[in-house]
Amino acid sequence: MKYFPLVWATLWRKKTRTIFTLLSMVVAFLLFGMLETIDYAFAHPSGGATGADKLITINKYSITLLLPFSDAQAIRAVPGVAEVTWLTWLGAYYQESKNFVFALPVDTDSYFNLHKDEFIVSGEQMQAYRNTRTGALVNSALMKKFGWKVGDKVPLHSTIWTQKKDASLDWTFDIVGSFDARDPTQAGQQASTLLFHYELFDEGRSFGKGNVGWFEERVGDPSQSAAIAGRIDALFANSPNETKTQPAKDFALAFMKQLGDIGFVLRAILGAVFFTLLFLTGNTMMQSVRERTPELAVLKTIGFGDAKVLGLVIGESLLLCVIAAVIGLGLSYAALPIIKLGLQGVEVSPRALLPGIGAAVLLALAVGTPPALRAMRLNIVDALADKR
Amino acid sequence: MSDAIVSLRNVDKRYVRGKQSVEVLQHLNLDIAKGDFVALMGPSGSGKTTLLNLIGGLDTATAGEITVAGQRLDQLREGALARWRARHVGFVFQFYNLMPMLSAQRNVELPLLLTHLSGAQRKTNALAALTLVGIADRAKHKPSELSGGQAQRVAIARALVADPTLLVCDEPTGDLDRKSADDVLHLLQMLNREHGKSIVMVTHDPKAAEFASHQLHMDKGALLEAGTLA
Repeated sequence: MKYFPLVWATLWRKKTRTIFTLLSMVVAFLLFGMLETIDYAFAHPSGGATGADKLITINKYSITLLLPFSDAQAIRAVPGVAEVTWLTWLGAYYQESKNFVFALPVDTDSYFNLHKDEFIVSGEQMQAYRNTRTGALVNSALMKKFGWKVGDKVPLHSTIWTQKKDASLDWTFDIVGSFDARDPTQAGQQASTLLFHYELFDEGRSFGKGNVGWFEERVGDPSQSAAIAGRIDALFANSPNETKTQPAKDFALAFMKQLGDIGFVLRAILGAVFFTLLFLTGNTMMQSVRERTPELAVLKTIGFGDAKVLGLVIGESLLLCVIAAVIGLGLSYAALPIIKLGLQGVEVSPRALLPGIGAAVLLALAVGTPPALRAMRLNIVDALADKR
Repeated sequence: MSDAIVSLRNVDKRYVRGKQSVEVLQHLNLDIAKGDFVALMGPSGSGKTTLLNLIGGLDTATAGEITVAGQRLDQLREGALARWRARHVGFVFQFYNLMPMLSAQRNVELPLLLTHLSGAQRKTNALAALTLVGIADRAKHKPSELSGGQAQRVAIARALVADPTLLVCDEPTGDLDRKSADDVLHLLQMLNREHGKSIVMVTHDPKAAEFASHQLHMDKGALLEAGTLA
């Protein structure tokens, strides 16, 4: 610690240069923090307390390929399956494509039976939903987001499903009620959800009738999930529509990974950022040490050994990188609520920021070691000869 | 000479630059008594600074024995030599060589970072050294806020603060006007006479050399006088 004032003063020897270097590093670490958070989130989908007993069955080859509705009967007969329901992805938005709505056609009885006690919805509104063919139950967060209220008629634009009657992609629903998730860990996941009647969807669409996007099962004994999943898939082995059954949280992850190998893309971006940073900061450190050659020679003259000089330069590099990392990652932490808004159904955790400190240390060593070695190997007599 | 603080025996120093080998010091013998103030004079290239570097443990001899403050320097490795310098030698340079980003007090504290003194003790000792050289009132000022004479006093305080056995000064007045130079030389003389500091000073200036108790002249890598001073 006694060397800290010396290292600190040296770091700020050229204030403007240090500030600009620091700023570029802060931006890099901010980016690091945000991308790592997203990467972490995709790797840790939020299952929630209610997810352990759920399985999802999709087409073995792609989630975009449909499955016959008739499979529901066969799945229901599999020992250990307590309930089965079916859903399809509407691919909807409200007014503009940025206004994503997770609109799901659901079979009322089986869906709410499977998700028993998972939704907070008033009995009156539930009844209204059952009685209204074009009715929709909307998550209260989504209602608030778009300023919707019960009684509103809202059009959603599907990016997939045209209507049989007029080939239109627009589907209109009557909001008859709102719901909230009982499990707080599911609140984020359900924040964009709108539920409507499967019959309306199946009868209204111009193609795909009799097919569903995926099945969802509740098992009686969660410890038997893997065995039950195997039994379901075995039912459809060698059929034209082979299936892949997996825990619900794995499905959420696979669903998001339809976007591509997110981890690879994020790491590629980070790699490019840090590669650039390596040269930028490395050059700054090298230049800084070159400028201080006589000062470093004086330190060696008055008795600072090679190891101490090495340590001082690496310490300076470490200080610069750690300050930048703390500020950058701190800003990322502050941005977590914003990231949370954009990433539903995943766990957004500050734990994702921890590797940032490790990255800062590695960066400090990478950029600090060459100039530190140069300083360590400095010949006092030659260095002092420049400015005695 | 039993009370010699500096003793050189048959010292050679040769620099090799590429294929060229330059003989800078040849068979040099010298004894400087403890408490002496020696001015080392001579034309450029005569080997003064090289000799000073050897005495201060900044450079190593090609051949011969160098004993300073009772330690054979030619037998020390780099790390041990650095520790020895920290304990036994204070350096004063022509261009002060202060750290521009540190205050005068922090500059003076630098050698004390290598000791086990606490922060408070380092500060006290640094202020005492600054008081000794008559510049305690500028303790908080940075080198850029000091005149040449003041900066050199700070450099002398830095050289003194760890209470070294020997002060090694390379053209300490070379960058100063006459008045400031005389002030610095009086200060060195006071440190020698009243505090018993042994001083070896390289200078081109005959007036500066007059402040020393002995003068040695060098030319072409050899001492012109007999090498024993007492």
